[in-house]
Amino acid sequence: MAPTTTGERTPTALLRPALAWLAGWWQIVHLGAVMLVLALSPRSHGPAQRRALALQLWAAGGPMLPGFAVVTALISLVVIRIVVVTALSYGLSQYALEMVVRVLVLELIPLAAALYVALRATLPMASELGAQRARGDFEALAGQGRDPRIERVLPRVLAGMFAVALAAAVSGVVTMLLAYLSVHGFTLGGFDRYTRTVGRVFSPAVTMIFSLKVLALGGAVSLIPMASALLGAARPRSRTSAELQALVRMFVVILLIEAASLVGNYY
Amino acid sequence: MSDDTTDAGPAAAPPPAVAHLEAKATALLLLLALLLCGAVGYLLYARGAFERTQRLVLVADDSEGVVVGMDLTFSGFPIGRVRRIELAPDGNARILIDVPQKDAHWLRSSSVFTLVRGLVGNTNLRAYSGQLADPPLPDNAERRVLAGDATAEIPKLVAASRELVQHLIALAAPDAALAGSLANLQAATERLKGPRGALGLLLGSDADAAKVSAALDRTNALLARVDALAAQAGGLASKADAQVFGPQGLLPETRQAVLQVSALLGDARATLTRVDGVLAEAQAIAANTRSATTDLGALRAEVDASLRKVQQLVDEINRKWPFARDTEVRLP
Repeated sequence: MAPTTTGERTPTALLRPALAWLAGWWQIVHLGAVMLVLALSPRSHGPAQRRALALQLWAAGGPMLPGFAVVTALISLVVIRIVVVTALSYGLSQYALEMVVRVLVLELIPLAAALYVALRATLPMASELGAQRARGDFEALAGQGRDPRIERVLPRVLAGMFAVALAAAVSGVVTMLLAYLSVHGFTLGGFDRYTRTVGRVFSPAVTMIFSLKVLALGGAVSLIPMASALLGAARPRSRTSAELQALVRMFVVILLIEAASLVGNYY
Repeated sequence: MSDDTTDAGPAAAPPPAVAHLEAKATALLLLLALLLCGAVGYLLYARGAFERTQRLVLVADDSEGVVVGMDLTFSGFPIGRVRRIELAPDGNARILIDVPQKDAHWLRSSSVFTLVRGLVGNTNLRAYSGQLADPPLPDNAERRVLAGDATAEIPKLVAASRELVQHLIALAAPDAALAGSLANLQAATERLKGPRGALGLLLGSDADAAKVSAALDRTNALLARVDALAAQAGGLASKADAQVFGPQGLLPETRQAVLQVSALLGDARATLTRVDGVLAEAQAIAANTRSATTDLGALRAEVDASLRKVQQLVDEINRKWPFARDTEVRLP
């Protein structure tokens, strides 16, 4: 393609990047809809598909889980200690537990889980998909009468979402356990008060927003890299920029989800 | 190999096989399901979904600071949760609280509820039960909540201070009563300093003050005459004293008369004593006479007996006497 000079630019040429940008978002949304339909379709529930899903679930969630749990436990321990000691020094220890639960379990851990899964699972999966696509595997599968979206894409998307949910759940439970131990020590005496505080934090609205946030984060870190791998230019030369663009999009979406959850929780 | 067909594709090398893949994937799914179910169950328990509760309605003027989900505490222990806050038709805030039945026995019919807002920190709903022997609080009980607010007093205080300041301003205004009074007071002090002084101030006019002066003079003259009269009265009194208490006065003579009367009375007493003796003797005579009278009765009886004996004797003589008539009728 010959480079265009500034003098030759037309309104259509000016609009093209914006249209391409919008088209990229639309492709992501479309891929999400297609994945939803395929996940609900009986064709995706055969034994071969189940095996492929099991492989991806384990690949995405299994190996990274202990490491993520340990890292979040350590970071949580540090944050809990800081919050509890600071609250104690201001004489506000009764609010320390509530603050720990809100800051860590509601806000930081889902975000950390999404980013960790994106780096450890979904981005490598997406590049793997891109490589397969560049190799022409998709066309070969289609030639055999099989749907590459069902066999290759859907298990990875579902595995990414599952991994985010699993990581968030495990780390959330570990963090709540650590918070209890940090505040009350190794005794069951504070269980009632702790339970009451947790119950007060997790009101129905907050719980719903939290669940939706984890689901949305999982969807974002799974779908956006896959979409860029599937729908971007197939040539290796431009794939790097497409991956970068996908990364930026993913971070923007994560930021938007986080902001929306904050607005929902505190306004 | 099935993995070839499912993932790696016809042209790619097979991925490294994972031992017990399905079991591991199932374990992960089960772990997530377990965590989710546990979390849901724990949250339901934490929010009191499994507790039998009773309803308590607190009515407050102002529900500011009260949020749904906050605790009602008793002795520092949470025993209830705010479920709803609504505005009643009369403009009061109704705070609907669910109290678990296992904690409801702390609330009695005489319990008092307070809504305390601190300057720092959140609002607290507290219950106080002074008499734990009172009957328990019934379900759906409606109680007035007492607002103990440190900051709520400040607006009242400010309003009262403002009112006070306004009154002070009204008092100190140039056309106010206080200013007029002060002006009058100043005029009065000016007159006090004048030639007539306080008298002129009290009476208002100089002519009246002059009259008062004249009256005072006449009173002085009157007092002098009264003094003279008093001196005369003093002389009179000394004479009377001499007449009454002097050596030849009335009182010594009276004393002598009294002494004489006393002697007379002594004599009279002696005479009466003697009369007493005479009377006693007369009484003895009367007693003797009575006993003599008794003897006379006996004597008369004896005389009667002697007379009957004499009569019988005369009758006997009459019968035995030869010339006595034979009165007896002899039958053959």
